[in-house]
This record gives sequence, structure tokens and C-alpha cells, in this order.
Amino acid sequence: MVNGLTLGSVYAIVALGYTMVYGIIQLINFAHGEVVMIGAMVAYTVIVTLSGAHTGLPPVIIVLLGLLAAIPACMGVGYTLERVAYRPLRKAPRLAPLITAIGLSIILQHLALIIWSRNPLPYPQIIATVPYHITSTPNGATITNVQIAIIFGSLSMMGGLLLLVYKTKLGIAMRATAQNQQVAGLMGIDINKVISLTFVIGAALGAVAGVMVGSYYGIAHYQMGFILGLKAFSAAVLGGIGNLAGAMLGGLLLGVIEALGAGYVGDLTNLCNLSDWSDALASRCESDPNLTLFGSNYQDVFAFLVLIAVLIFRPSGLLGERVSDRA
Amino acid sequence: MRSLFDTHKNPKLAWAGMAIAAAALLVLPFALASVGTAWVRITNLAILYCFLALGLNIVVGFAGLLDLGYIAFYAVGAYVYALLASPHFNLHLPFWVILPIGAAVACFFGVILGAPTLKLRGDYLAIVTLGFGEIIRIFLNNLSQPVNITNGPQGITLIDPFRIGSFSFAKRETILGLDFSGPVKYYYLFLVILIAVMIINMRLQDSRLGRAWEAIREDEVAARAMGINTRNIKLLAFAMGASFGGIAGGMFSAIQGFISPESFVLVESVMVLAMVVLGGMGNIWGVVLGAILLSFVPEVLRYTVAPVQEALFGRMLLEPEVIRMLLFGLALVLMMLFRPAGILPSALRKRELEGAKT
Repeated sequence: MVNGLTLGSVYAIVALGYTMVYGIIQLINFAHGEVVMIGAMVAYTVIVTLSGAHTGLPPVIIVLLGLLAAIPACMGVGYTLERVAYRPLRKAPRLAPLITAIGLSIILQHLALIIWSRNPLPYPQIIATVPYHITSTPNGATITNVQIAIIFGSLSMMGGLLLLVYKTKLGIAMRATAQNQQVAGLMGIDINKVISLTFVIGAALGAVAGVMVGSYYGIAHYQMGFILGLKAFSAAVLGGIGNLAGAMLGGLLLGVIEALGAGYVGDLTNLCNLSDWSDALASRCESDPNLTLFGSNYQDVFAFLVLIAVLIFRPSGLLGERVSDRA
Repeated sequence: MRSLFDTHKNPKLAWAGMAIAAAALLVLPFALASVGTAWVRITNLAILYCFLALGLNIVVGFAGLLDLGYIAFYAVGAYVYALLASPHFNLHLPFWVILPIGAAVACFFGVILGAPTLKLRGDYLAIVTLGFGEIIRIFLNNLSQPVNITNGPQGITLIDPFRIGSFSFAKRETILGLDFSGPVKYYYLFLVILIAVMIINMRLQDSRLGRAWEAIREDEVAARAMGINTRNIKLLAFAMGASFGGIAGGMFSAIQGFISPESFVLVESVMVLAMVVLGGMGNIWGVVLGAILLSFVPEVLRYTVAPVQEALFGRMLLEPEVIRMLLFGLALVLMMLFRPAGILPSALRKRELEGAKT
């Protein structure tokens, strides 16, 4: 459950990136997962060099510096994405920007491969993890300081984003552009700038998420962005795409569903529970008590099943309003 | 290209052109074999990619449904063939029995994928199909327990080649004084199937069904208003695309003799999509051209990149595989930005994309 919440808050931040872009130009930013990956990689380089250089800086500062390096790098990537893949094709058929985004995400992946090698990079665990027991039983739930930092960090970022969108001038401009680009333009809003800024903010959030994923799993890999992006997208759809609060809720929910699902699917589909019904099964279970149909290696499937289920039964998501052309 | 084969306008020229093309295609494997048998194999794989690209073209090019999990059907076809013609289950059915089964199973999966996703619009569909492709791969990777079906990541080995009676496509033999190696025999078989598939595709495009797909691609609401049953027609596109993928998968199994989930990763889906996009969505000649280009260029790169880099820098800086992927990505981006209709655009796509710009 705690793992789920941690994972979920990361998904939520990445999902925010999707949902913001979708909200404003009704397009899916396919390369967003790659932005997250770049964030993790840049921070990795900074953290490794700083912690290897014996600067005497406290580990927390090093991680923060890594974050500070990753954010502008990702902002740059996000801005480039928008300029190259989306702006020239804003009026083209939908398929076109989607394909350019796929192309760019392949390019980003392989650039990362060239720079950071194809091997998974061990993320330095310079902040010592301290587990805290939540429950009093010895094998009960624990939460580590890293998990606490991730959960609180993402919650505060979500809060900040909500403030930005609902309380500032830029936020008003963004919402106006989302509603009607032409009219917003007539009202004196520089639409291109607003859209670029949306990509940049989304990318900055992605950078933070990248660092979080890296330090949580302890690994960074040039292909990590793809599956993460997919799951975050599922989260955004689950919550109602284009809806900020929805993305947060969807991310947290998806994280919990995934963690619980991976934890219990083995028990639920353990064929030995059925051994009363068949002697053949019972005899096999004696030699191998874990005769499971689906184990936790199916963890990645849950996000997709959730996605498909949501799209069939409630295409506008949990918090989304019904929009006729959405589905 | 089209005028060259137009038997109505200029029959003599058309027949002469066709005769020359046919002769070139017949001699090709021997010319390639003199360079190296590897090139005949590469050609065979290129033809397989033509099948895949043509199948995907039905879904993406004709019906306008972006499918990013297409390789899943290829995988299904490949595994059906592998399971029914290998020592894994000790089944050795002949290929003309298995290929239709593979097509049917892939078609079934196509409908399973299509049915829930039909209501979705382009970009959603893309992500769901992508997820579907991943689900299939995860299952192939893990279905070795509790009952060993797919043999997990190790894959299935010793898959039978195509065989008719005692005539095996994998054996080298001399017919009429000519030396036919295994890949050369496969080449002729694949060529015949490719021509058949292309003719089927062309007929499909001009058929009532093809026009219905086109109508849906252009404007779904209008198409429905014209009395087209959009749901069934879209399902049909999925099913037909999937069955082509299934057949291609079976053929892949047979020529490789070994398959594992490794061969069916997302990048392959993207590559097939890149072929369709590069050549020109909806244009059969364009798609074939795209498939041939994208399957040969990497191989040429493989043989040239390493020596060139050695000569320039004294060592290998970038692996050919990486360069290949970078070029793919670049090709996708540049094509969409500068020539969105592909190298050989279909007449209608061209009009649509140019119209959209102004």
C-alpha cells in the first residue's frame, strides 16, 4: 500500500504532464516518458560526479543539485519537442504529430543510449534509507524516508501546479487557450507562448518524476521512459484526461491498484486453492505449493487492463466531464 | 510506375515493362547469391516486412486507425506456427494447414483488440493498441508456467521449414542444372505470395469495402450517415490486417527456425509503421517501397558503418543498430514535417494533407 502510494505519486506527476498538454491542445505528448527518462539520466550524471568528487556536500544537497540540473535540461527537451513535433503540425491531421512524437521519442532514447550506454545505470543511493514502522507488528507496514520525501514532494508540486493554473495570470491564459485558441488569441494572449510554457512546465514535472523514479528503484535505463509514460498515460485517462485533479487521483489510484494487484494476483490465481476439486492438481501442489496461474511478473499488465476498462466503460475518466468527441 | 503497368493506356509498353520486371525478379536471387547467401535471406525478410507493412496499411492507410501494437499479430502467427510445427508439443502439421490457422487465430485477436477500442479516436487507439502489443509480449514471456506453452524467454527452437511432401524449402538441391539453396526457394515462394497479397490489396482498395474504409478515414460521421456500418467495417479492417500479420508471422517462424518474445518488441511495430509512413500511407506501391527501403538500408549500414568509422576515428563510435534507430526516428519526423504523404503518396492522402495545410 505504501509502495503503491509512492509509485502512484510518481505516476501522478508524470500524468500531470500528459494531461496539461492534452488539456491545452488535445494531443497526447507521446514523448513525455522520454522526458522523464532524460531527467533521471541528467540527475544521475550530476549526482555521480558530485558524490564521487568528495565535495563534502551533504547528500540531500547533491540530490537537490541533480534535480536542479535535470529540470532545465528537461525544459529544454520539452520546448524542443513542442517546436519540432507539435507546432508545425498544429493544424495537420491528428496522425501527423503523433508520428513525429514517436519518431522523436526514438531519437531521444537512442541519444540517451549513446550518451549513457545501454546498460542499466545503478542510481547511487547516497541518502541512506531509514525505514519507519507504521504498525507495531514486526512484519507490519514500513515507510522509508525516501518514500516520505517522494510522496510529500509530489503532493506539494501538485498543490503548486493547482495554484499556478487557478490563481495566476499565466494559469488564466492557459485555461483560456484550452477553451478556445482563437478567441484567446483575440484577447491578447500569445498562444504560442502559452502552449510552449505548458510543455515546459510539464517537462519540469517530468524531470522531478525522473529523479524520484531513479532514486526509488535505484536504476536508470534508456528505455525506462516508455513503460512509465504508458502507465502515467493510463493514470491520466483513468482520472479524466485534461483534468488536473483527475490526473493526480488517477495516478495515486493506479499506483495502489498495481501494487496490490501484483501482491495478490499470485494468491488469487493460485491453483492450489482449487485442489479440493481435482486430485491431479492436489498431487502437483504437494510438490510445488506455488502453482500460480499469474504471478507478480504480470504487474505491468494491470495498468493496461485499467486503461482498457476505463476507455470502455467511462471514456471521460473518473473526474472528467462528458465531451462528445473525446471517445 | 502506374503508367508503366497500365494495360489500358499503352498495352505494349505495359506488357514489356511487366516482362522486364518479372525477368529481373526471377534472376535477382541468383545475382544476390553470387554476392552472398546472406543477401538472399535479407531479401526474404524484406518481403516478409512487405507483408507486414501491407497488412498494417489496411488498418492505418485504408481505414485510418493508428495501430501501434501490430507486431502482436505477427507474434501470434509466429507462435501458432512454432507450436504446431516443432518438437515442442511434438506436432508437425504441414504449413498449408497451419498458415490459415495462424491467420484465423491472429484475426480472432484482431477482433478482440478491435471490439473494445472501436469507439476510440486516433490517439487513444494508438496507446491502447500499444498496450495490447505489450500485454501479448508479457504473456509470451511468462506463459511457461504453470503449463509450459511458450517456453518463456528461451523461445521455441527447431521449427519445421515449409515442406510439401518430400520437397523441403530448407534443403539445397539442383533443379534443371541450377543450384537452388534454401533461401532461394523461399524467395520464389514468398515472391508468389507477395504478388498475390498485393493483388488482393489492390482489389480491396477499389472494392466496396475499400471505399467504405476510405470514407471512415475521411469522416466517420459522414460515413455513418451514408449508411456504412462503421463498427463492422472497422472491425473488418482490424481483422484483415491482423490475419495478414498472422500469415507473415508463420512464414517468419519457418524461415528462422527459432522464435522468442525478443523478436516482437514495440520497436518492430514502430518499424513497420515507419515503413507504411515512409512509403506513403494508403498507397500499395509506396508501402512496398517503404518496406524494402527500410529493410535494406539497415543491412547496408551494417556492412558500411563499421569500416567507415574505423577509417575515420580508428574505432567504433556508434553501433550500426543505434544509427539505424536514429535514422528511423529522424525519418519519421522529417517525413511528417516535409512530406507527410510519403515518398509515393496516395492521390487522396495527398489532397487531404495539402488541403489541411492551407
